[in-house]
Amino acid sequence: MQPFEQIVTDHGPMVLRVCRAVVGPHDAEDAWSETFLSAMKAYPDLPPDANIEAWLVTIAHRKAIDVTRADARRPTPVEEIPERPSDAGRPEGWDGDLWQALKALPTRQRQAVAYHYLAGLPYKEIAAVSGGSTDAARRAAADGIKTLRRTYLRPAEQREVAR
Amino acid sequence: MMTASDQERLFAALPTQDTPAMTRLHARLADEAQRDGVLDVAYRTLDTPVGRLLLAATGQGLVKVAFSVQDHDAVLRQLADSISPRILNAPGRLDETSRQLDEYFTGQRKRFELPLDWRLSKGFRREVLTHLRDIGYGRTESYAQVAAAAGSPRAVRAVGTACATNPLPLVVPCHRVVRSDGSAGGYAGGPDAKLTLLALEAA
Repeated sequence: MQPFEQIVTDHGPMVLRVCRAVVGPHDAEDAWSETFLSAMKAYPDLPPDANIEAWLVTIAHRKAIDVTRADARRPTPVEEIPERPSDAGRPEGWDGDLWQALKALPTRQRQAVAYHYLAGLPYKEIAAVSGGSTDAARRAAADGIKTLRRTYLRPAEQREVAR
Repeated sequence: MMTASDQERLFAALPTQDTPAMTRLHARLADEAQRDGVLDVAYRTLDTPVGRLLLAATGQGLVKVAFSVQDHDAVLRQLADSISPRILNAPGRLDETSRQLDEYFTGQRKRFELPLDWRLSKGFRREVLTHLRDIGYGRTESYAQVAAAAGSPRAVRAVGTACATNPLPLVVPCHRVVRSDGSAGGYAGGPDAKLTLLALEAA
């Protein structure tokens, strides 16, 4: 069996991207930490032929839900939410516009987009992770991408042209 | 259908590699795993005059010291199989070990005072290794002398095997066991490493 260190090195960056896309910059690192701590506990019992990406995304899916719920119970720290999120100089500072666009998607679409396009899971695996049918997962991803093109890519192109 | 370049443009704002974030998250994982008692093996590497060493410790103590010629990746896989795959690069647990090794290599330390986990050595080999701790700094014994001291004077070859498979070289000083003709003999870290250590201790 590979040392868990190798799992962190090989798959940590992918899981971080997924967490960032699913729960946003504010909660992504908590979700990642919960995911890998939980994965490390269960790791010795993982079957040798398990699909590691699907296993990690399954855990991340549950932890993202936990983190989001816990966050919803806490009062919102107003001062941490600037009107237009800036990515300047912050380590988690990926494009605030992309997160705004992802956040506006229905949760299932956001998950399906992240699990398929960032984690590389086939739709059958996504259905197993988040429930529902393979076709529903495929539709959710396609609808999510269609919306993102309209709400995120096109405005970005228009900004480019305007410059 | 979405093309590959569309995907790249769409998610370009999400870095595929974010090294500062991964460094921070890795350190947090090591802390939390330690806190929850699931960091079964912690390791780090240490640069020394005999090359880069791999140091690994369980909660009980130092469990493995490996030279770079032993292939650190292979050693970590063996630890995963023989102890537990819950292994992280988590230097904190090895701070004291590293400090004492640094002192040893600068001539300021003659004896290691560290908790040791002996689980990777069993039976006669372990008896031999336990005896090696009695061979003081700067002294040497022959394989035959060690065999006699371990109560099996004819087990010279087995003493050689015990030294060759010592999971805790340096700290358990198998480098102080030499051939009866005075030549250094083999060493897990290579013959040059053994000569370096003997010269260090003779200085």
